[in-house]
Amino acid sequence: MNNFDIIVAGGGHAGIEASVSAARMGLKVALITMEKDGLGRLSCNPAIGGSAKGHLVHEIDALGGVMGIIADNSGIQFRTLNKSKGPAIWAARSQNDRKIYTIEAIDYLSKIQNLEIIEDIVIEAIEENNKIVGVITKNGKQIITKSLIIAAGTFLNGVMYTGLTPSVGGRFKEESAVGLTESMVKMGFISGRLKTGTPPRLHKDSINFSILEEQAGDENPLPFSFKTNKSKFPFLPQLSCFLTYTNEDVHRILETGFHFSPMFRGLIDGKGPRYCPSIEDKIVRFNDKLKHQLFIEPEGLDSIEMYLNGFSSSLPAEIQLKAMKKIKGLENVEMLRPGYAVEYDFFPPYQIDLTYETKLIKGLYFAGQINGTSGYEEAAGQGLVAGINAAAKILGMPELILKRSEAYLGVMIDDLVGKSTEEPYRMFTSRAEHRLLLRQDNAMERLSKYGYKYGLITKEELNQIEEKYSLIHKTIFSLNEIKIKPNQINSLLETKNLSILDNSETVSKLIKRPELTISDVLSSFTNKEELFSEILNNSEILEKIEIEIKYEGYIQKEQELVEKLDKIENVQIPLGFDYSIIKGFSTEARQRLTKINPRTLGQATRISGVTSSDISVLYVYLKR
Amino acid sequence: MKKFDEDIIAALATPNGEGAIAVIRVSGKECFKQIDKIFKGKNLLSEVKKNTINYGKITFNNQLIDDVLVSIFHSPNSYTGEDSVEISTHGNPLIVQKIIEILLKQKIRLAEPGEFTKRAFLNGKFDLTQAEAVADIIKSRNDSALKGARNQLNGLLSEEIKNIKKSLIEIISLLELELDFAEEDLQFISRNEIVSKIREIIRIFETLITSYRFGRILRDGVNIAIVGKPNVGKSSLLNYFVKENRAIVSEIPGTTRDVIIEEVNIEGILFKFYDTAGFRESDNEIETLGVEKSEKTILQADFVMLIHDVEQELDLQFYNRIVSLTEENRVLLVQNKIDKTIKKLNENEIGISAKTGEGIEKLFKHLMERIGQTKIYTENSLIITNLRHLEILTKGKNYLKNAIYALEINQSQEFISIEIRYTLEMLDEIIGVVTTDEILNNIFNKFCIGK
Repeated sequence: MNNFDIIVAGGGHAGIEASVSAARMGLKVALITMEKDGLGRLSCNPAIGGSAKGHLVHEIDALGGVMGIIADNSGIQFRTLNKSKGPAIWAARSQNDRKIYTIEAIDYLSKIQNLEIIEDIVIEAIEENNKIVGVITKNGKQIITKSLIIAAGTFLNGVMYTGLTPSVGGRFKEESAVGLTESMVKMGFISGRLKTGTPPRLHKDSINFSILEEQAGDENPLPFSFKTNKSKFPFLPQLSCFLTYTNEDVHRILETGFHFSPMFRGLIDGKGPRYCPSIEDKIVRFNDKLKHQLFIEPEGLDSIEMYLNGFSSSLPAEIQLKAMKKIKGLENVEMLRPGYAVEYDFFPPYQIDLTYETKLIKGLYFAGQINGTSGYEEAAGQGLVAGINAAAKILGMPELILKRSEAYLGVMIDDLVGKSTEEPYRMFTSRAEHRLLLRQDNAMERLSKYGYKYGLITKEELNQIEEKYSLIHKTIFSLNEIKIKPNQINSLLETKNLSILDNSETVSKLIKRPELTISDVLSSFTNKEELFSEILNNSEILEKIEIEIKYEGYIQKEQELVEKLDKIENVQIPLGFDYSIIKGFSTEARQRLTKINPRTLGQATRISGVTSSDISVLYVYLKR
Repeated sequence: MKKFDEDIIAALATPNGEGAIAVIRVSGKECFKQIDKIFKGKNLLSEVKKNTINYGKITFNNQLIDDVLVSIFHSPNSYTGEDSVEISTHGNPLIVQKIIEILLKQKIRLAEPGEFTKRAFLNGKFDLTQAEAVADIIKSRNDSALKGARNQLNGLLSEEIKNIKKSLIEIISLLELELDFAEEDLQFISRNEIVSKIREIIRIFETLITSYRFGRILRDGVNIAIVGKPNVGKSSLLNYFVKENRAIVSEIPGTTRDVIIEEVNIEGILFKFYDTAGFRESDNEIETLGVEKSEKTILQADFVMLIHDVEQELDLQFYNRIVSLTEENRVLLVQNKIDKTIKKLNENEIGISAKTGEGIEKLFKHLMERIGQTKIYTENSLIITNLRHLEILTKGKNYLKNAIYALEINQSQEFISIEIRYTLEMLDEIIGVVTTDEILNNIFNKFCIGK
């Protein structure tokens, strides 16, 4: 019984994806978590997705992961963000019922064969000859395993702060994991500290919603997962969020507490995320901004708690409360629990390979916040790819390394290893140089083939997906051919004040006009039912076709660029390459290259401190 | 894995043929020891001080080959960054060949084209633009061209490109920031400011692009096609320029069938005149062939001098045909035989007499103005002389224009950003971040062996 193929330490978003994927690939997996009832807990905001994170969830879903399904099943609001931008920036986001999310996660995991959930804490990893052989748990058990995936979140030596009083723990009212970091440092790993924070939770009935701006979900909400049944979606009643702002009074009150701030007093060494700063950080760093936007988000259908997004703080509780009372709508607010900061161990991710396996110890994988990332979606994506790779290695299958031009998941691992973040890493669309190719709408087309390859997408599912995309491409092909006559469309063009046609024009040319939609153009055909019967009433397909046609120029250009870059990208660097033999490198470049040991020249180009001249030198050397 | 410098290479570094001296360059780790096997001097080369010139004899099988001077360069203070020697011999091709043969019998192999520079590059002696500049310096035909290339070698172009990159990166990072926080709907940089910054960069690109024509002219000379109907005096004009009768001049229309090239150096600029066959519709096969050649010449010329007999009516159809082969502003209408007419020309018309030389000085003055030989370019100007750079800058300019268009029609940030990214990718090709096979081969193949 105490003998597994893979042990996953941690039952958060990374741990869930890792254990489910490995178990579904047929391996015997144990998920060791402190608390069975806490599986997949949304420890910070009660939401999934958002800018670039929505992309990650779609990619996870396309690979056969879990997050999209659970988010769909527990969603109490669905919105597509950034609709005013181009389609590459559109991003799905959901508000989720915190309680239901966990229930759905437990339910999903309990149905997975080969997966055993153990309530315990891994406190030591055991290696022999630089290879993982087992773990020791807090309850004194020794468990034998071929692989260990550590997905410990913020729990490694976690310390929480509200004001100057630290308390040991990885999450509110939860203990931290002590011992594991030390056991890995003993093996030779380098660890560091990071911090993150969470805002206060408020009593719903103490908020004056009537004077606040309401933000409802989309009228026709779209699910994350392709597996979700759209006809019954959404499954739960839908709730709104509310907008409010800080003001100068709020800022002045918060400032009175700065000398009680664990950050400003230097109690916390760990670096926080620059992009998701605490409210006190925002006041200091953007001192010319007189107000900051805040979102009041529901925590669940029957929850009395509301989440004050944008007001993360580690100041003393009474100062948080006093300041909030100056915020519009929160004049009589009741604070159920103050915001706090949490500081935890991470392992700078140059120590892992592109498969998430550590370079030092074979069979040991890191996924999630242990790699210095922040965010549920980032963690889930890492867990999934780590789980697939750990299982693939045992099964003798090829490893899964997604390219930057192929997926945000590829961008993430490449960034982590090559840039080895010093502050919490979250995904942004700006990190993906080929983002026009990495859209939510084509995630299935990009990635489900891999999901199928590793057995996480069934043959039937793959067939369905392929049929869908072949219909899209077939239709685009015919829209490039079918012509529309001036008398069919000119009246529409006139009503829209657009230049009219003198001669017949192809349908796709018209769709390319910024002012026209695909539905505009198709509905101009009197025989539209017979011409476009397959797609006319399928808004999802229509949208995908429209994107492909409207942005064809950009997409083609991007693809050409990717092909060109692939020439560099695919130049392999021999394993254990000795950089000391080439004199042309700068000292810094030589050190970085040796430390990170990139697999390809492409990977080498993105290592900070490695200049273009260094790359040219390396390239000429490898190609000579 | 083999290190480069375990491998010693050699080649003649001066032009082939007779000369006062010839220099053979040898480079590679401890090449001194290999030379010592064939060199008899006061001391062993592997033991003499670095940066010295040593007199001695090259001998092989106890037979004296030549008296030589050997310069010693120790790594990393040499052209390649490796241990190197330069052997100065008497400039007799037979001696040079013999010495190289002897060298190749040691642990030395013949260098491939561009290999010395490639090693210099690999050893961090310079970046790509500088390597290209070396090729240009070798090819430079005159002093001004040399200076242009030297500036590039000194890194001026890299410096300029880096500044432009910095400015572009600043713009996109602000745009990206807006996208990353799209929900908050912030604007970190005004659209007008972006437009004016990009316009400024386009202006720099344009200056560099314009400098190419001048730069290339400095390097390769100006190509001028002389065209005209039969018997208007094309060949006589050419003859006047070159003052020797190499082109056939005859009274029978259509006798100058081959394109004839003559080079004239005027005020440091090399003018290359291409005489063309007469443009006459003809069934004669040889003549038709000549017409085809002429068309090609016109296509490739910097200027087309259309010689016209001032006494005759201008054949507009013919003029338009020439213009259609090139661009209107490259065609120079020259009225010949002004000595034989009483017609008065307008001030902006160019009139000459190929017979008496009247007006020819004015014609050259005009040509000089047209090629940009004005005061805009000084010794320190950045002049691009490399076709690859021209292509990149031209593409880059187009991307930036697209970015301006995207701004004008109010497209969202990612569409502006992507055009700027493309521009950056192009610029990286100049300074060598993206180094595809073609680029590198292209660059290193331009070197002759020995460089």
